[in-house]
Amino acid sequence: MAKRIDVGGLSAYYGAHKAIDDISMTVEPRSVTAFIGPSGCGKSTFLRTLNRMHEVTPGGRVEGKVLLDDENLYGPGVDPVSVRRTVGMVFQRPNPFPTMSIYENVVAGVRLNGGRLRKSDLDATVERSLQGANLWKEVKDRLHKPGAGLSGGQQQRLCIARAIAVEPQVLLMDEPCSALDPISTLAIEDLIGELKERFTIVIVTHNMQQAARVSDRTAFFNLAGVGQPGKLVEIDDTERIFSNPSVQATEDYISGRFG
Amino acid sequence: MSDLTLGRRAPAGAVPPSTTLRRPRLPRWAPAALAGLSAAVACGIGLGAGLSSRFQWGLIAAALFVALTYGLTARVEGLRQAKDRLATSLVWTCFLVAVVPLVSLVQETIARGVKVLDGGFLSHSMAGVLTIQPGGGVYHAIIGTLEQVGLATAIAAPVGLLTAVYLVEYGRGRLAKAVTFFVDVMTGVPSIVAGLFVLSFWIIMLDFGYSGFAGAMALAILMMPVVVRSTEEMLKLVPNELREASLALGVPKWRTILKVVLPTAIGGIATGVMLAVARVAGETAPIVLLVFGSQVINNNPFDGAQSSLPYYIYEQWAAGNDASYDRAWAAALVLIAFVMILNLVARGIARWKAPKGGRG
Repeated sequence: MAKRIDVGGLSAYYGAHKAIDDISMTVEPRSVTAFIGPSGCGKSTFLRTLNRMHEVTPGGRVEGKVLLDDENLYGPGVDPVSVRRTVGMVFQRPNPFPTMSIYENVVAGVRLNGGRLRKSDLDATVERSLQGANLWKEVKDRLHKPGAGLSGGQQQRLCIARAIAVEPQVLLMDEPCSALDPISTLAIEDLIGELKERFTIVIVTHNMQQAARVSDRTAFFNLAGVGQPGKLVEIDDTERIFSNPSVQATEDYISGRFG
Repeated sequence: MSDLTLGRRAPAGAVPPSTTLRRPRLPRWAPAALAGLSAAVACGIGLGAGLSSRFQWGLIAAALFVALTYGLTARVEGLRQAKDRLATSLVWTCFLVAVVPLVSLVQETIARGVKVLDGGFLSHSMAGVLTIQPGGGVYHAIIGTLEQVGLATAIAAPVGLLTAVYLVEYGRGRLAKAVTFFVDVMTGVPSIVAGLFVLSFWIIMLDFGYSGFAGAMALAILMMPVVVRSTEEMLKLVPNELREASLALGVPKWRTILKVVLPTAIGGIATGVMLAVARVAGETAPIVLLVFGSQVINNNPFDGAQSSLPYYIYEQWAAGNDASYDRAWAAALVLIAFVMILNLVARGIARWKAPKGGRG
């Protein structure tokens, strides 16, 4: 299931503006990698280059390579649509499809990809995905009610269920808890711990305690100044980053001494 | 006016004026009482000065109401509240000024229209009926309007919808700007010009005869920009997050548009199309030029002259006798009812298809 990601010399642009500059790193399979750093340093942009969502933004452009188990996502002939089926994504704000029920939301990826599955297969996918997202018990009696009627935390878990229903290899999470209360946040953090048994997980977060709690490895991003591109400062085991980082800037950021 | 002095008097005792939050207020019934008073005074002025037009009475009442409210509030409550009430009373007055003609139009049409409006009127044509005779009906015109507007919608709705999808989802750079510009220009095309264009192109150059279809083409030209504009606005309202959510699931862009974007906006799109239909259902000029008008039932919109409701009204009114006036009013009522039913249908669709929120 899970795959390794090797990024080499990756830069991303919005039109003429360079958002991230020359990033190289390795993300281990079946682990959680957290990205931390100040706002505007390109964490989210970098995350979006990992499943070719960056180029959806008008003017978005990428240089460099991203290897998914030795296959370059930006190689010639690679279809961004199949990349996105392999590398799933969960967004900052819960975004269930408002016209669909909970059930339809979960199977949206399967159905919209043109799959004609039997009802029993779909039912199994829904139950497996919702259980995978720790949401099954709460919604199993109202699967055909609108997904927008759930609470924020439940909606976010519904979006996770929707993302894992298409059986991706990698799951990217862009600040998945920033719009949620502490209890929902805890539910999602527990979930991340379970999901890493099956998926490679990359999570962007502004919450350093969260990075310390859920991740195995942590990458710190920073930017030299306003309008400058963001850079990777260092990536290391989470324990090391939070106890004894090798770069002074990381320690300053983590301990609150910056600016 | 003793309450004025009360209002201005500094509070007694140790409490300095700035610490109290209470201000003198007009009672809640004051606006209604002022409105009644202005109406009564205006009637008095109107009768006294012998003004014949009720419209003048109304304007005097409105002006009195606005002025009285402002003056009284300024003296009792202070200048800030007076400005607030001035704005409120202006809004109310404008609302009434806008509604009065509408209500009187509907009332007049219903009052005059019901005289000859019955089952026979709806199910008979004017075949063999002289315009000075009573009797006859509007059936051929209803058929004409339904077919012409239906054909126009069948042409304009898909073209307009796809244009809007292009502009919102794909359009970048010069081409999109040019399309937007020409849509704006088309919005301003007078119906007679659309009619003349189809007349010279379809009937004179290509030598086809008069037909409902020729009229439908002109109506489609008038509908298209309205459909494009309203659909564009509705598609822009669909949150970008939904598109990204769908793309991130590995759904191709065209399927994302078809299965996520359009269903989310379908209620608003349907309303926009219905409003465009309502707009062209009352067009007369292209029908006069291209469909020619007819007294008899012609079910085939592709061959031969037809009638239509606006054309029928025009024709009956031009005939200039009591029987034809009655028929014109009845047909006007049918046309208004037709447009209103369409609007209700559109609202129904919008409510039925609207994304369902709420708990549960």
